[in-house]
Amino acid sequence: MELWFSERHTQNVKFSIRVERQLYSGQSEFQRIDVFDSREFGRFLTLDGYLMLTEKDEFIYHEMMTHVPMAVHPDPRKILVIGGGDGGVIRELTRYEKIERIDMVEIDPLVVEVSKKYLPQTACRLEDPRVHIYYEDGLRFIRSVHEEYDLIIVDCSDPGGPGEGLFTKEFYGSCYKALKDDGIMVNQHESPFYEEDAMTMQRVHKRIVGSFPISRVYQVHVPTFPAGHWLFGFASKKYHPVRDLDAVKWNMFGLSTRYYTTQLHAGAFALPYYVEEMLKHVE
Amino acid sequence: MSLSQERAPVYEALEEFRRMRVVPFDVPGHKRGRGNKELREFLGEKCVSLDVNSMKPLDNLCHPVSVIREAEELAAEAFGASHAFLMVGGTTSAVQSMVLTACKRGDKIILPRNVHRSVINALVLCGAVPVYVNPDVDHQLGIALGMKVSQVEQAIKENPDAVAVLVNNPTYYGICSDIKSIIALAHAHGMMVLADEAHGTHFYFGDNLPAAAMKAGADMAAVSMHKSGGSLTQSSLLLTGPEVNPGYVSQIINLTQTTSGSYLLLSSLDISRRNLALHGRETFCQVVELAEYARAEINAIGGYYAYSRELVNGDSIYDFDVTKLSVYTLEIGLAGIEVYDLLRDEYDIQIEFGDIGNILAYLSIGDRRQDIERLASALAEIKRLYQKSRNGMMSQEYISPQVVVTPQDAFYARKESLPLKETAGRVCSEFVMCYPPGIPILAPGERITDKILDYIVYAREKGCSMTGPEDEKIEALNVLL
Repeated sequence: MELWFSERHTQNVKFSIRVERQLYSGQSEFQRIDVFDSREFGRFLTLDGYLMLTEKDEFIYHEMMTHVPMAVHPDPRKILVIGGGDGGVIRELTRYEKIERIDMVEIDPLVVEVSKKYLPQTACRLEDPRVHIYYEDGLRFIRSVHEEYDLIIVDCSDPGGPGEGLFTKEFYGSCYKALKDDGIMVNQHESPFYEEDAMTMQRVHKRIVGSFPISRVYQVHVPTFPAGHWLFGFASKKYHPVRDLDAVKWNMFGLSTRYYTTQLHAGAFALPYYVEEMLKHVE
Repeated sequence: MSLSQERAPVYEALEEFRRMRVVPFDVPGHKRGRGNKELREFLGEKCVSLDVNSMKPLDNLCHPVSVIREAEELAAEAFGASHAFLMVGGTTSAVQSMVLTACKRGDKIILPRNVHRSVINALVLCGAVPVYVNPDVDHQLGIALGMKVSQVEQAIKENPDAVAVLVNNPTYYGICSDIKSIIALAHAHGMMVLADEAHGTHFYFGDNLPAAAMKAGADMAAVSMHKSGGSLTQSSLLLTGPEVNPGYVSQIINLTQTTSGSYLLLSSLDISRRNLALHGRETFCQVVELAEYARAEINAIGGYYAYSRELVNGDSIYDFDVTKLSVYTLEIGLAGIEVYDLLRDEYDIQIEFGDIGNILAYLSIGDRRQDIERLASALAEIKRLYQKSRNGMMSQEYISPQVVVTPQDAFYARKESLPLKETAGRVCSEFVMCYPPGIPILAPGERITDKILDYIVYAREKGCSMTGPEDEKIEALNVLL
């Protein structure tokens, strides 16, 4: 018997993983949630049929989303994570002792519940006493927040799902307002490769550039995402992502990582020429 | 009446017709879309294949005897009317048919001046004489309100020969007059009551919403199914009461309505009526809940005022339609039209309209909570980024018109075109309005004053989309010789 999970990456491109068995399937108020087990990628989570993470390659995404801003900001104590119900970003953040408080705003309680039960690899640190979970629309949560956070990490699904509001100008503007005067925002920035993803990527960049004085993009390689080539946004009120990187200090923390290094940190901001052009086009 | 509200006769007949695969040697010439590939691809095969002509199994809108007639009977029942007409020329055509049924040349009709242009257009067509009731005005918000019962009584006393009273139920902003008392008063004096319910379809189905005109005893009502009712743009209903002769109304409608009624529009009316009859109550409960939530969130931002039932004063604001999300913006130093433009240009959010002091977001059957979050956040951001001093902002105001000649006489009179600035004191022969909301600043036959000219210039500067005059740029106006 062969059982395959397939996701359309475009109208004409499909990506498939052979499934050993389905561990969970359910419908929340917001989306359909599924967890599968596979030989190649271990367990993986999908929302409305779109792959969110696999056990095998999630470290790339979560390390790069977390350690890049953590190595730039000199003293991040209060962090906001928007989305991220699988707990991967939280797991990385809780490795830093100096962080005092992490607020996580996830719209869908069922994603957290399912992750805790079936994805302990990422959801393992959601019980950390510094973590406070709010089940709310991120856009609503941030509307009334002023100069509270040192770092905001936006770890959401693609626009089209319940995360649609997290790709808007009003959201990025609200994040600016919710950050302290040296705050940093890192966000899921889609992919530059396929046309439709690339258009979203450009729109997102345009909106962030309009809201933050410093706005740079960096790249990662996530094998199970469309094209395998994914971008993150680094938007900041004060710190430059490469010039203000304090490599010595970060390495002193002694955190062991599998993807992130301070050398890769600088390299990740060097983008392919065509991506540079796309970004420049909307700046 | 034998059919149940679960039925949708026009829709069912079209489904049946599709299965028959009838060979078309009739119009429309695109022949189920085969003759227009681009259109077929754009609108979808199913859609173009249902764009068909009147024929025996599908009935005929001009003279309905089978499925359209049944659909009209079901609509009448659902809305509590004696008769319902499916309309395909927009609520404009329903309003005009209503006025043309009630009035002949020279007849007087009592109406508030803050009517939609379609009402005064009807007066141009039939030559009736308007007797305006100047609506009360909320001076803070700058919006015209409903008619006070005492004002209507006064107008009736001064014009005992008037044949009808027209009521907005509600206004674009959601304000309702005391329609029950107005109906009792008008009927006691032998006058008909016509209701413009372009913005009130949901009154017939919701709980705790203002009174629906036909249920309150009105003689005719024009109901925009395509606004809050969920049908396709341009489809509408005309409802009549027991005292109105449906045969005569049908003749009036056929004076101006197309003989090629679109089955896309007709089926959308049929399906939407069924939906409203079966699920309207719970749907509008949700819409009200969403609107209340949106108001609370917008008012929490500070600076904006999303108003509601607290305005009710028992007379000129007898009731308020809580599904309308009207927001006063002048306190943050921005005209409504400026906020409207910013929402669209900067935040990709299209709202219904912005005027000098307010914006209106239209909430209905299809809205989602997450979109309300976007609207509230965008308004918060607009305040943070664009707020300025209120100095120099004009308040919107209602300017009482001076009617000199009837709309029809003015429209057809000998006239000349003058530069805007030189028209003060003259009688205008055309409309000037911001669209939306489409309530005339000047109507044919009204005297032009300096105050009106200042208002036109200011509204144009702020970016209101002005329409009406022959001169599209509104640099010149036609005035009577």
